[in-house]
Amino acid sequence: MKPRSLVPLVYILFLMLPIYWLVAMSFKTTNEILSGFSLFPQTFTLDAYRTIFTDPTWYWGYINSIIYVSLNTVISVSVALPAAYAFSRYRFLGDKQLFFWLLTNRMAPAAVFALPFFQLYSAVGIFDTHLAVALAHCLFNIPLAVWILEGFMGGVPKELDETAYVDGYSFPRFFVRIFVPTIKAGVGVAAFFCFMFSWVELLLAKTLTAVEAKPIAATMTKTASSAGYELGLLAAAGTLTIIPGAIVIYFVRNYIAKGFAMGRV
Amino acid sequence: MKTENQKAWLFVLPVLALVAFNALIPMMTVVNYSVQETFGNNQFFWEGLTWFEQILRSERFHAALGRQFMFTALILVIEVPLGIAIALSMPRSGPWVPVCLVLMALPMLIPWNVVGAMWNIFTLPDIGLMGYFVNHVLGITYDMTQNPFAAWVTIITMDVWHWTSLVVLLSYAGLVSIPDAYYQAAKIDGASNWSVFRYIQLPKMKNVLTIAILLRFMDSFNIYTEPFVLTGGGPGNSTTLLSIDLVKIALGQFDLGPAAAMSLIYFAITLFVSWLFYTLMTKDDLN
Repeated sequence: MKPRSLVPLVYILFLMLPIYWLVAMSFKTTNEILSGFSLFPQTFTLDAYRTIFTDPTWYWGYINSIIYVSLNTVISVSVALPAAYAFSRYRFLGDKQLFFWLLTNRMAPAAVFALPFFQLYSAVGIFDTHLAVALAHCLFNIPLAVWILEGFMGGVPKELDETAYVDGYSFPRFFVRIFVPTIKAGVGVAAFFCFMFSWVELLLAKTLTAVEAKPIAATMTKTASSAGYELGLLAAAGTLTIIPGAIVIYFVRNYIAKGFAMGRV
Repeated sequence: MKTENQKAWLFVLPVLALVAFNALIPMMTVVNYSVQETFGNNQFFWEGLTWFEQILRSERFHAALGRQFMFTALILVIEVPLGIAIALSMPRSGPWVPVCLVLMALPMLIPWNVVGAMWNIFTLPDIGLMGYFVNHVLGITYDMTQNPFAAWVTIITMDVWHWTSLVVLLSYAGLVSIPDAYYQAAKIDGASNWSVFRYIQLPKMKNVLTIAILLRFMDSFNIYTEPFVLTGGGPGNSTTLLSIDLVKIALGQFDLGPAAAMSLIYFAITLFVSWLFYTLMTKDDLN
C-alpha cells in the first residue's frame, strides 16, 4: 500500500470518530454516560430507541421531516426542469440577470428571513403545515436545482431536440418522454442536493412550525433543553437522522462528484 | 448556439413566482422594518436611516463582523488546501472510490443542529471522546465552555469536519475529468509532481474550485445553527458570529428596526464579497 493512499483513510477515520461517539452513546444507559468515560457501551441498551419509536411526538418528528423534505424535492425539481431548459436552450430578455438573481438567494442568511417568513406564512394561513416548510426551502433549493440541471442539459446536443421535432413530437411529449429521461442522472443529482439541503436546514423549518409539522431536529432541541440533559435519547435521535441521508447518498454515489462539477461557473 | 426566444419566459415563470414569493415579500418586510421604529401594538414611526447609522457605528456589530470574517477566513484557509490535498491522494478509479466518496459525504447530510449536538457530546471534557483524550491523555486543559480559545478551536474543527468533503468531492470531480494523455505527456517531458499539479491539475480544477470557494464562503458567512447549538455564542461573546448576534437582536431583544438594518447590511456584505470572489477567480477567462 502506497503511503499516499493513507491520506484519505486518515481523513475518513477523522470523519467517523464523532459519528461513532454519537452512535456509541445512543446505546449507553444514562448512568453509564454520566458516570465517566467508556469507549464502548458497557451495558448495551436499546431504551433510547424504544422511547423514540413509542412516543408519537418523537416519531412524528421524523414523519414530518420526511414529508416536507420530499414535498420540497418534488416541487423544486419539477419547476426547475423547464426553467433550466429555457436557460440552456434560449436567449431571452434579462436571462443572465435572472440567473444571477436566482443565485443571490443562495447567499441570503436564513437568520435574516426567519421573522418575515413567519409573518408571511401566517398571513397566507399555512403556518405550521408541511407545505409552508416545503415552499420556504424552495428559496435556496430552486436556484441550486436550476443551476445543476442547466449544467447537465448543456451537455445534451441540440440535435436531439431538432430530431424529435422532425419526427413529429410535440414539445411537452418530447420533454417528458425523451429529454428528461436523457438527463436522468442530472435529475437524480438535483433531487439529491434538494433533499440534502432541506433535510439539514433547521432554522426556517423550526420557525414555520409549531406542532403539526414540527421537524425531528426541533423536537431534539426541545428535549435537550427541557427534560434535563438526556444525552442517550439525544444521541439516539441524532443517530436516526443520519440514516435517511445515508440511504439517499448510496443511490447517487456515482454521481455526487459530477453534480456540482457541471455547473455553469 | 442558443436561439433568441422570448417565450422562454413562460418556462421560467413558475420558478420566478416561487422564488419571488419567498425572496421579495420577506425582503420588503425587512426593508420596511429597517426604516421604522415600533413600540408594539403595530404602531410604526418613520425613522429614516437612523438604524443603519446606529449599526454601522456600533462596536458590537464591528466585533461580530470581525469574528465572522476571522471564522470564514480560517475555515477557507484550512478547508481548501486540505480538500485539494485529499482529492489528489485519492486513486483515480477502483472499487473503493465510491465507498470513500459516500463516507466522505456523510457529514454533509446530517442536520445542522445534530452536527452541533454531536460535537457537543464529542467534546465534553470528561465523557466526550475528544474532550477526554485532550484533557486526560494529552494532559492539556480543554473546556470550551470556559476558554474562548478552546471554543474557537472546536467550532473551526467542527466546520472542517463538516464541510472539507465538499471541497474534496468537487476537486476530485475536476481531477477525474483530466484525460490520461495529459499525464503521459507530462511523464515524457519529465515534469515534476509540482509542475504536473501547477500546470495540469490546478487549471483543470479551477472551475470546480471556484464553485467550492464560493459555496464555502456563502455558507460559512451565513452559519448559524451549528455554532449556536455547540457554544451558544460563548463563552461571553467570543464565538458570537454575525447570524447569532442578529438572531439575538431580532428575537431575543425584539429590536426589529436595528435587526432589519443589520440584516440588509449583512446581506449586502455577503453579496459584495461573493461578487468580488467570483470576479477575481474568473478574471483570466475573460481576458
